[in-house]
Amino acid sequence: MATEDVVLLDCWASPYCMRVKIALEEKGIKYEERAEDLFGGKSELLLTSNPVYAKVPVLLHKGKPLCESSIIVGYIEETWASPPLLPSCPYARSQAKFWVDYVDKKLFDAGGNIWRTKGEAQEVAIKDFIEVLKQLEKVLGDKDFFGGDSFGFVDIITIAITSWFLAFEKFGNFKVEDHTPKLSAWINRCMQRKTVAKVIPDPEKIYEVVINLKKMMGME
Amino acid sequence: MADEVVLLDYWASMFGMRARVALAEKGVKYEYREEDLRNKIKSQLLLQMNPVHKKIPVLIHNGKPVCESLIIVQYIDEVWRDKAPLLPSESEPYQKAHSRFWADFIDKKLYDACSKIWSTKGEEREAAKKDFIEILKQLEGQLGDKPYFEGEKFGFLDIALITFYCWFHAFETCGNFSIEAECPKLIAWAKRCMQRESVSRSLADEKKVYELVLGVQKMLGVE
Repeated sequence: MATEDVVLLDCWASPYCMRVKIALEEKGIKYEERAEDLFGGKSELLLTSNPVYAKVPVLLHKGKPLCESSIIVGYIEETWASPPLLPSCPYARSQAKFWVDYVDKKLFDAGGNIWRTKGEAQEVAIKDFIEVLKQLEKVLGDKDFFGGDSFGFVDIITIAITSWFLAFEKFGNFKVEDHTPKLSAWINRCMQRKTVAKVIPDPEKIYEVVINLKKMMGME
Repeated sequence: MADEVVLLDYWASMFGMRARVALAEKGVKYEYREEDLRNKIKSQLLLQMNPVHKKIPVLIHNGKPVCESLIIVQYIDEVWRDKAPLLPSESEPYQKAHSRFWADFIDKKLYDACSKIWSTKGEEREAAKKDFIEILKQLEGQLGDKPYFEGEKFGFLDIALITFYCWFHAFETCGNFSIEAECPKLIAWAKRCMQRESVSRSLADEKKVYELVLGVQKMLGVE
Protein backbone atom coordinates (compact mmCIF):
# COMPACT_ATOMS: atom_id res chain seq x y z
CA MET A 1 0.00 0.00 0.00
CA ALA A 2 1.42 3.39 -0.97
CA THR A 3 2.30 5.75 1.88
CA GLU A 4 0.21 8.49 0.24
CA ASP A 5 -2.85 6.34 0.97
CA VAL A 6 -2.56 7.21 4.65
CA VAL A 7 -1.91 10.80 5.67
CA LEU A 8 -2.03 12.18 9.19
CA LEU A 9 -2.59 15.88 9.87
CA ASP A 10 -0.56 16.12 13.01
CA CYS A 11 0.92 18.16 15.82
CA TRP A 12 3.86 16.48 17.57
CA ALA A 13 2.87 17.63 21.06
CA SER A 14 -0.78 16.59 20.84
CA PRO A 15 -1.56 13.43 22.81
CA TYR A 16 -4.57 12.94 20.54
CA CYS A 17 -2.27 12.73 17.52
CA MET A 18 0.14 10.44 19.41
CA ARG A 19 -2.70 7.95 19.90
CA VAL A 20 -3.29 7.67 16.17
CA LYS A 21 0.43 7.29 15.42
CA ILE A 22 0.86 4.54 18.01
CA ALA A 23 -2.14 2.67 16.57
CA LEU A 24 -0.74 2.93 13.02
CA GLU A 25 2.69 1.78 14.22
CA GLU A 26 1.14 -1.16 16.09
CA LYS A 27 -0.60 -2.24 12.88
CA GLY A 28 2.58 -1.71 10.83
CA ILE A 29 0.91 0.84 8.55
CA LYS A 30 3.13 3.27 6.67
CA TYR A 31 1.81 6.81 6.78
CA GLU A 32 2.76 10.35 5.89
CA GLU A 33 2.87 12.86 8.73
CA ARG A 34 1.94 16.44 7.86
CA ALA A 35 2.65 18.91 10.61
CA GLU A 36 0.02 21.55 11.25
CA ASP A 37 0.95 24.93 12.65
CA LEU A 38 -1.93 25.23 15.09
CA PHE A 39 -1.04 28.76 16.21
CA GLY A 40 0.41 30.16 12.99
CA GLY A 41 -2.33 29.12 10.61
CA LYS A 42 -4.21 25.91 9.94
CA SER A 43 -3.87 24.44 6.47
CA GLU A 44 -6.67 24.49 3.86
CA LEU A 45 -6.61 20.71 3.97
CA LEU A 46 -7.25 20.66 7.73
CA LEU A 47 -10.08 23.17 7.47
CA THR A 48 -11.78 21.27 4.64
CA SER A 49 -11.17 17.81 6.15
CA ASN A 50 -12.44 18.75 9.60
CA PRO A 51 -14.92 21.58 9.06
CA VAL A 52 -16.78 20.78 12.30
CA TYR A 53 -13.90 21.17 14.77
CA ALA A 54 -10.87 22.30 12.68
CA LYS A 55 -8.66 20.18 14.96
CA VAL A 56 -5.91 17.61 14.67
CA PRO A 57 -5.59 14.69 14.37
CA VAL A 58 -7.23 14.06 11.04
CA LEU A 59 -6.47 10.80 9.27
CA LEU A 60 -6.92 10.79 5.52
CA HIS A 61 -7.26 7.27 4.14
CA LYS A 62 -7.36 7.28 0.33
CA GLY A 63 -8.43 10.91 0.61
CA LYS A 64 -11.36 10.29 2.99
CA PRO A 65 -11.08 12.13 6.30
CA LEU A 66 -11.51 10.61 9.76
CA CYS A 67 -11.71 12.90 12.82
CA GLU A 68 -11.68 12.55 16.63
CA SER A 69 -8.78 10.45 17.88
CA SER A 70 -10.70 7.63 19.62
CA ILE A 71 -12.90 7.23 16.56
CA ILE A 72 -9.82 7.23 14.30
CA VAL A 73 -8.17 4.51 16.43
CA GLY A 74 -11.43 2.52 16.20
CA TYR A 75 -11.33 2.91 12.42
CA ILE A 76 -7.69 1.75 12.29
CA GLU A 77 -8.65 -1.28 14.41
CA GLU A 78 -11.48 -2.22 12.05
CA THR A 79 -9.63 -1.55 8.80
CA TRP A 80 -6.38 -3.40 9.60
CA ALA A 81 -7.23 -6.48 11.62
CA SER A 82 -3.85 -7.51 12.93
CA PRO A 83 -2.80 -7.34 15.71
CA PRO A 84 -6.20 -6.80 17.38
CA LEU A 85 -6.39 -3.86 19.77
CA LEU A 86 -9.82 -4.74 21.14
CA PRO A 87 -11.02 -8.06 22.58
CA SER A 88 -13.49 -10.08 20.48
CA CYS A 89 -16.08 -10.67 23.22
CA PRO A 90 -18.82 -7.96 23.15
CA TYR A 91 -18.83 -7.47 26.93
CA ALA A 92 -15.06 -6.99 27.17
CA ARG A 93 -15.28 -4.60 24.19
CA SER A 94 -17.97 -2.54 25.94
CA GLN A 95 -15.81 -2.27 29.05
CA ALA A 96 -12.78 -1.18 27.00
CA LYS A 97 -14.93 1.48 25.28
CA PHE A 98 -16.21 2.65 28.66
CA TRP A 99 -12.67 3.27 29.92
CA VAL A 100 -11.64 4.94 26.68
CA ASP A 101 -14.61 7.28 27.14
CA TYR A 102 -13.63 7.86 30.80
CA VAL A 103 -10.03 8.75 29.89
CA ASP A 104 -11.30 11.03 27.10
CA LYS A 105 -13.68 12.86 29.44
CA LYS A 106 -11.41 13.18 32.45
CA LEU A 107 -7.65 12.72 32.19
CA PHE A 108 -6.27 15.48 29.97
CA ASP A 109 -8.61 18.16 31.32
CA ALA A 110 -7.81 17.20 34.92
CA GLY A 111 -4.10 17.52 34.15
CA GLY A 112 -4.66 20.78 32.29
CA ASN A 113 -6.37 22.28 35.34
CA ILE A 114 -3.13 21.80 37.27
CA TRP A 115 -1.00 24.11 35.14
CA ARG A 116 -3.85 26.55 34.54
CA THR A 117 -4.40 27.30 38.24
CA LYS A 118 -2.55 28.40 41.37
CA GLY A 119 -2.98 28.22 45.14
CA GLU A 120 -6.10 26.53 46.47
CA ALA A 121 -7.61 25.97 43.03
CA GLN A 122 -4.43 24.12 42.04
CA GLU A 123 -4.59 21.96 45.18
CA VAL A 124 -8.11 20.92 44.19
CA ALA A 125 -6.96 20.28 40.62
CA ILE A 126 -4.12 18.03 41.79
CA LYS A 127 -6.47 16.12 44.08
CA ASP A 128 -8.94 15.57 41.20
CA PHE A 129 -6.17 14.45 38.84
CA ILE A 130 -4.83 11.91 41.35
CA GLU A 131 -8.35 10.58 41.88
CA VAL A 132 -8.62 9.90 38.14
CA LEU A 133 -5.21 8.14 38.21
CA LYS A 134 -6.28 6.03 41.18
CA GLN A 135 -9.43 4.99 39.34
CA LEU A 136 -7.35 3.93 36.34
CA GLU A 137 -4.88 2.10 38.59
CA LYS A 138 -7.83 0.19 40.09
CA VAL A 139 -8.99 -0.83 36.59
CA LEU A 140 -5.47 -1.93 35.66
CA GLY A 141 -5.21 -4.08 38.79
CA ASP A 142 -2.40 -6.60 38.52
CA LYS A 143 -2.58 -6.90 34.75
CA ASP A 144 0.41 -5.98 32.57
CA PHE A 145 -1.79 -3.84 30.35
CA PHE A 146 -5.35 -2.51 30.40
CA GLY A 147 -5.98 -5.00 27.63
CA GLY A 148 -4.76 -7.88 29.85
CA ASP A 149 -1.70 -9.72 28.56
CA SER A 150 -1.52 -7.62 25.43
CA PHE A 151 -1.22 -3.91 24.77
CA GLY A 152 -4.50 -2.62 23.40
CA PHE A 153 -6.98 0.18 22.77
CA VAL A 154 -7.25 1.54 26.33
CA ASP A 155 -3.44 1.42 26.70
CA ILE A 156 -3.01 3.45 23.49
CA ILE A 157 -5.62 6.05 24.44
CA THR A 158 -4.09 6.52 27.91
CA ILE A 159 -0.31 6.25 27.32
CA ALA A 160 -0.36 9.20 24.92
CA ILE A 161 -1.54 11.55 27.68
CA THR A 162 1.23 10.41 30.04
CA SER A 163 3.72 12.35 27.88
CA TRP A 164 2.25 15.45 29.57
CA PHE A 165 2.59 14.07 33.13
CA LEU A 166 6.05 15.56 33.76
CA ALA A 167 4.64 19.01 32.97
CA PHE A 168 1.70 18.43 35.37
CA GLU A 169 4.13 17.17 38.05
CA LYS A 170 6.50 20.12 37.71
CA PHE A 171 3.75 22.74 37.84
CA GLY A 172 1.91 20.95 40.64
CA ASN A 173 5.03 19.95 42.55
CA PHE A 174 4.03 16.33 43.03
CA LYS A 175 5.01 12.95 41.64
CA VAL A 176 2.58 10.50 40.02
CA GLU A 177 4.70 7.58 41.23
CA ASP A 178 4.16 8.53 44.88
CA HIS A 179 0.41 8.18 44.47
CA THR A 180 -0.03 5.46 41.85
CA PRO A 181 3.11 3.28 41.69
CA LYS A 182 1.41 0.49 39.71
CA LEU A 183 0.26 2.96 37.07
CA SER A 184 3.81 4.36 36.88
CA ALA A 185 5.10 0.82 36.35
CA TRP A 186 2.56 0.40 33.54
CA ILE A 187 3.81 3.65 31.94
CA ASN A 188 7.39 2.33 31.98
CA ARG A 189 6.23 -1.01 30.58
CA CYS A 190 4.45 0.70 27.67
CA MET A 191 7.43 2.96 26.98
CA GLN A 192 9.52 -0.15 26.36
CA ARG A 193 7.41 -0.93 23.30
CA LYS A 194 9.12 0.21 20.09
CA THR A 195 5.89 1.68 18.74
CA VAL A 196 5.31 3.81 21.83
CA ALA A 197 8.94 4.90 22.29
CA LYS A 198 9.03 5.98 18.63
CA VAL A 199 5.97 8.22 18.97
CA ILE A 200 6.01 9.67 22.49
CA PRO A 201 8.13 12.85 22.58
CA ASP A 202 10.58 13.79 25.35
CA PRO A 203 8.40 14.95 28.30
CA GLU A 204 10.91 17.78 28.91
CA LYS A 205 9.96 19.16 25.48
CA ILE A 206 6.26 18.94 26.41
CA TYR A 207 7.08 20.85 29.60
CA GLU A 208 8.58 23.61 27.44
CA VAL A 209 5.40 23.63 25.33
CA VAL A 210 3.31 24.18 28.45
CA ILE A 211 5.62 27.00 29.58
CA ASN A 212 5.09 28.67 26.20
CA LEU A 213 1.34 28.07 26.33
CA LYS A 214 1.18 29.80 29.69
CA LYS A 215 3.17 32.74 28.32
CA MET A 216 0.84 32.95 25.32
CA MET A 217 -2.17 32.89 27.61
CA GLY A 218 -0.71 35.65 29.78
CA MET A 219 -0.27 33.44 32.84
CA GLU A 220 2.95 33.49 34.82
CA MET B 1 -29.99 -20.28 29.58
CA ALA B 2 -32.40 -17.42 28.99
CA ASP B 3 -30.86 -13.95 28.87
CA GLU B 4 -31.59 -11.74 31.83
CA VAL B 5 -31.72 -8.13 30.72
CA VAL B 6 -32.45 -5.20 33.05
CA LEU B 7 -32.43 -1.52 32.09
CA LEU B 8 -31.95 1.11 34.80
CA ASP B 9 -33.50 4.22 33.32
CA TYR B 10 -35.53 7.41 33.79
CA TRP B 11 -38.69 7.85 31.72
CA ALA B 12 -37.76 11.28 30.30
CA SER B 13 -34.08 10.60 29.57
CA MET B 14 -33.25 10.81 25.87
CA PHE B 15 -30.15 8.74 26.67
CA GLY B 16 -32.19 5.98 28.30
CA MET B 17 -34.57 6.02 25.34
CA ARG B 18 -31.67 5.15 23.03
CA ALA B 19 -31.24 1.84 24.86
CA ARG B 20 -35.01 1.24 24.77
CA VAL B 21 -35.17 1.78 21.01
CA ALA B 22 -32.19 -0.53 20.39
CA LEU B 23 -33.66 -3.31 22.55
CA ALA B 24 -37.03 -2.94 20.80
CA GLU B 25 -35.41 -3.06 17.36
CA LYS B 26 -33.80 -6.36 18.34
CA GLY B 27 -36.97 -7.73 19.95
CA VAL B 28 -35.16 -8.30 23.27
CA LYS B 29 -37.33 -8.81 26.34
CA TYR B 30 -36.09 -6.87 29.35
CA GLU B 31 -37.07 -5.57 32.76
CA TYR B 32 -37.38 -1.80 32.93
CA ARG B 33 -36.50 -0.25 36.29
CA GLU B 34 -37.26 3.40 36.89
CA GLU B 35 -34.81 5.50 38.90
CA ASP B 36 -36.42 8.32 40.86
CA LEU B 37 -34.19 11.06 39.45
CA ARG B 38 -36.82 13.79 39.84
CA ASN B 39 -36.40 13.42 43.58
CA LYS B 40 -32.66 12.81 43.18
CA ILE B 41 -32.87 9.33 44.67
CA LYS B 42 -30.45 6.80 43.19
CA SER B 43 -31.01 3.13 43.95
CA GLN B 44 -28.36 0.92 45.56
CA LEU B 45 -28.35 -1.09 42.35
CA LEU B 46 -27.54 1.97 40.23
CA LEU B 47 -24.72 3.04 42.56
CA GLN B 48 -23.35 -0.49 42.50
CA MET B 49 -23.64 -0.97 38.73
CA ASN B 50 -22.34 2.47 37.73
CA PRO B 51 -20.03 3.57 40.56
CA VAL B 52 -17.97 5.79 38.26
CA HIS B 53 -20.67 8.10 36.88
CA LYS B 54 -23.75 7.06 38.94
CA LYS B 55 -25.94 7.79 35.92
CA ILE B 56 -28.61 6.09 33.88
CA PRO B 57 -28.98 4.35 31.55
CA VAL B 58 -27.30 1.16 32.75
CA LEU B 59 -27.94 -2.09 30.90
CA ILE B 60 -27.45 -5.12 33.13
CA HIS B 61 -27.01 -8.26 31.01
CA ASN B 62 -26.88 -11.49 33.02
CA GLY B 63 -25.75 -9.47 36.02
CA LYS B 64 -22.99 -7.54 34.20
CA PRO B 65 -23.40 -3.76 33.73
CA VAL B 66 -22.83 -1.74 30.56
CA CYS B 67 -22.87 2.07 30.92
CA GLU B 68 -22.99 5.12 28.61
CA SER B 69 -25.89 5.11 26.15
CA LEU B 70 -23.94 4.93 22.87
CA ILE B 71 -21.74 2.14 24.24
CA ILE B 72 -24.93 0.32 25.36
CA VAL B 73 -26.45 0.63 21.86
CA GLN B 74 -23.27 -0.75 20.26
CA TYR B 75 -23.20 -3.61 22.79
CA ILE B 76 -26.84 -4.47 22.05
CA ASP B 77 -26.02 -4.43 18.33
CA GLU B 78 -23.05 -6.79 18.79
CA VAL B 79 -24.76 -9.28 21.11
CA TRP B 80 -28.04 -9.55 19.19
CA ARG B 81 -26.35 -9.42 15.82
CA ASP B 82 -28.84 -11.56 13.91
CA LYS B 83 -31.69 -9.09 13.90
CA ALA B 84 -31.88 -5.51 12.63
CA PRO B 85 -28.18 -4.53 12.44
CA LEU B 86 -27.78 -0.93 13.67
CA LEU B 87 -24.23 -0.14 12.57
CA PRO B 88 -23.18 -0.83 8.99
CA SER B 89 -21.72 -4.26 8.40
CA GLU B 90 -18.11 -5.26 9.10
CA SER B 91 -16.98 -4.36 5.63
CA GLU B 92 -17.69 -0.64 5.98
CA PRO B 93 -15.36 0.79 8.65
CA TYR B 94 -15.55 4.27 7.09
CA GLN B 95 -19.34 4.41 7.35
CA LYS B 96 -19.15 3.18 10.97
CA ALA B 97 -16.60 5.87 11.84
CA HIS B 98 -18.79 8.49 10.15
CA SER B 99 -21.84 7.43 12.22
CA ARG B 100 -19.79 7.38 15.43
CA PHE B 101 -18.41 10.85 14.70
CA TRP B 102 -21.89 12.38 14.33
CA ALA B 103 -23.26 10.50 17.35
CA ASP B 104 -20.31 11.87 19.34
CA PHE B 105 -21.08 15.35 17.94
CA ILE B 106 -24.67 15.03 19.21
CA ASP B 107 -23.40 14.06 22.65
CA LYS B 108 -20.86 16.88 22.78
CA LYS B 109 -23.10 19.67 21.52
CA LEU B 110 -26.85 19.03 21.47
CA TYR B 111 -27.73 18.33 25.09
CA ASP B 112 -26.02 21.45 26.48
CA ALA B 113 -27.53 23.66 23.79
CA CYS B 114 -31.06 22.43 24.38
CA SER B 115 -30.99 22.48 28.18
CA LYS B 116 -30.02 26.14 28.04
CA ILE B 117 -33.20 26.88 26.05
CA TRP B 118 -35.45 26.00 28.96
CA SER B 119 -33.12 26.66 31.90
CA THR B 120 -32.20 30.26 31.02
CA LYS B 121 -33.96 33.51 30.18
CA GLY B 122 -33.64 36.54 27.94
CA GLU B 123 -30.41 36.94 25.96
CA GLU B 124 -28.93 33.66 27.18
CA ARG B 125 -32.03 31.82 25.97
CA GLU B 126 -31.87 33.52 22.55
CA ALA B 127 -28.21 32.53 22.20
CA ALA B 128 -29.08 28.95 23.16
CA LYS B 129 -31.85 28.83 20.54
CA LYS B 130 -29.43 30.05 17.89
CA ASP B 131 -26.82 27.40 18.84
CA PHE B 132 -29.45 24.68 18.93
CA ILE B 133 -30.77 25.49 15.45
CA GLU B 134 -27.25 25.67 14.07
CA ILE B 135 -26.49 22.20 15.43
CA LEU B 136 -29.74 20.79 14.02
CA LYS B 137 -28.95 22.35 10.63
CA GLN B 138 -25.54 20.67 10.60
CA LEU B 139 -27.24 17.35 11.31
CA GLU B 140 -29.89 18.05 8.66
CA GLY B 141 -27.02 18.64 6.23
CA GLN B 142 -25.68 15.18 7.02
CA LEU B 143 -29.11 13.64 6.41
CA GLY B 144 -29.43 15.26 2.99
CA ASP B 145 -32.17 13.62 0.93
CA LYS B 146 -31.73 10.17 2.45
CA PRO B 147 -34.63 8.56 4.33
CA TYR B 148 -32.31 7.78 7.27
CA PHE B 149 -28.86 9.01 8.26
CA GLU B 150 -27.09 5.91 6.99
CA GLY B 151 -29.20 5.56 3.85
CA GLU B 152 -32.13 3.23 3.33
CA LYS B 153 -32.02 1.58 6.74
CA PHE B 154 -32.77 2.93 10.23
CA GLY B 155 -29.61 2.63 12.31
CA PHE B 156 -27.22 3.82 14.99
CA LEU B 157 -27.12 7.50 14.17
CA ASP B 158 -30.91 7.70 13.81
CA ILE B 159 -31.22 6.19 17.30
CA ALA B 160 -28.65 8.65 18.71
CA LEU B 161 -30.73 11.63 17.57
CA ILE B 162 -34.40 10.59 17.43
CA THR B 163 -34.73 10.35 21.21
CA PHE B 164 -34.34 14.14 21.46
CA TYR B 165 -37.51 14.51 19.33
CA CYS B 166 -39.94 14.06 22.24
CA TRP B 167 -38.25 17.07 23.90
CA PHE B 168 -38.74 19.34 20.86
CA HIS B 169 -42.23 20.39 21.90
CA ALA B 170 -40.84 21.60 25.26
CA PHE B 171 -37.98 23.50 23.55
CA GLU B 172 -40.35 25.09 21.03
CA THR B 173 -42.86 26.17 23.67
CA CYS B 174 -40.23 27.52 26.07
CA GLY B 175 -38.30 29.19 23.30
CA ASN B 176 -41.30 30.32 21.27
CA PHE B 177 -40.06 29.05 17.94
CA SER B 178 -40.81 26.32 15.40
CA ILE B 179 -38.14 23.72 14.72
CA GLU B 180 -40.03 22.54 11.62
CA ALA B 181 -39.81 26.04 10.14
CA GLU B 182 -36.01 25.96 10.54
CA CYS B 183 -35.31 22.30 9.74
CA PRO B 184 -38.21 20.82 7.72
CA LYS B 185 -36.22 17.85 6.39
CA LEU B 186 -35.12 16.86 9.88
CA ILE B 187 -38.70 16.95 11.15
CA ALA B 188 -39.82 14.85 8.17
CA TRP B 189 -37.10 12.34 9.12
CA ALA B 190 -38.25 12.37 12.76
CA LYS B 191 -41.87 11.67 11.75
CA ARG B 192 -40.63 8.84 9.54
CA CYS B 193 -38.76 7.33 12.51
CA MET B 194 -41.82 7.73 14.73
CA GLN B 195 -43.70 5.37 12.40
CA ARG B 196 -41.46 2.59 13.68
CA GLU B 197 -42.99 0.84 16.68
CA SER B 198 -39.59 0.57 18.36
CA VAL B 199 -39.39 4.37 18.37
CA SER B 200 -42.99 5.37 19.09
CA ARG B 201 -43.16 2.96 22.04
CA SER B 202 -39.81 4.02 23.49
CA LEU B 203 -40.05 7.78 23.33
CA ALA B 204 -41.72 9.66 26.17
CA ASP B 205 -44.98 11.56 25.67
CA GLU B 206 -43.96 15.09 24.59
CA LYS B 207 -46.70 16.71 26.69
CA LYS B 208 -45.47 14.92 29.82
CA VAL B 209 -41.91 16.03 29.01
CA TYR B 210 -43.12 19.63 28.76
CA GLU B 211 -44.88 19.30 32.15
CA LEU B 212 -41.62 18.02 33.62
CA VAL B 213 -39.72 20.99 32.19
CA LEU B 214 -42.30 23.41 33.62
CA GLY B 215 -41.85 21.79 37.02
CA VAL B 216 -38.07 22.07 36.89
CA GLN B 217 -38.29 25.68 35.65
CA LYS B 218 -40.46 26.55 38.69
CA MET B 219 -37.86 24.97 40.96
CA LEU B 220 -35.05 26.91 39.30
CA GLY B 221 -37.04 30.15 39.31
CA VAL B 222 -36.95 30.42 35.50
CA GLU B 223 -40.10 30.89 33.44
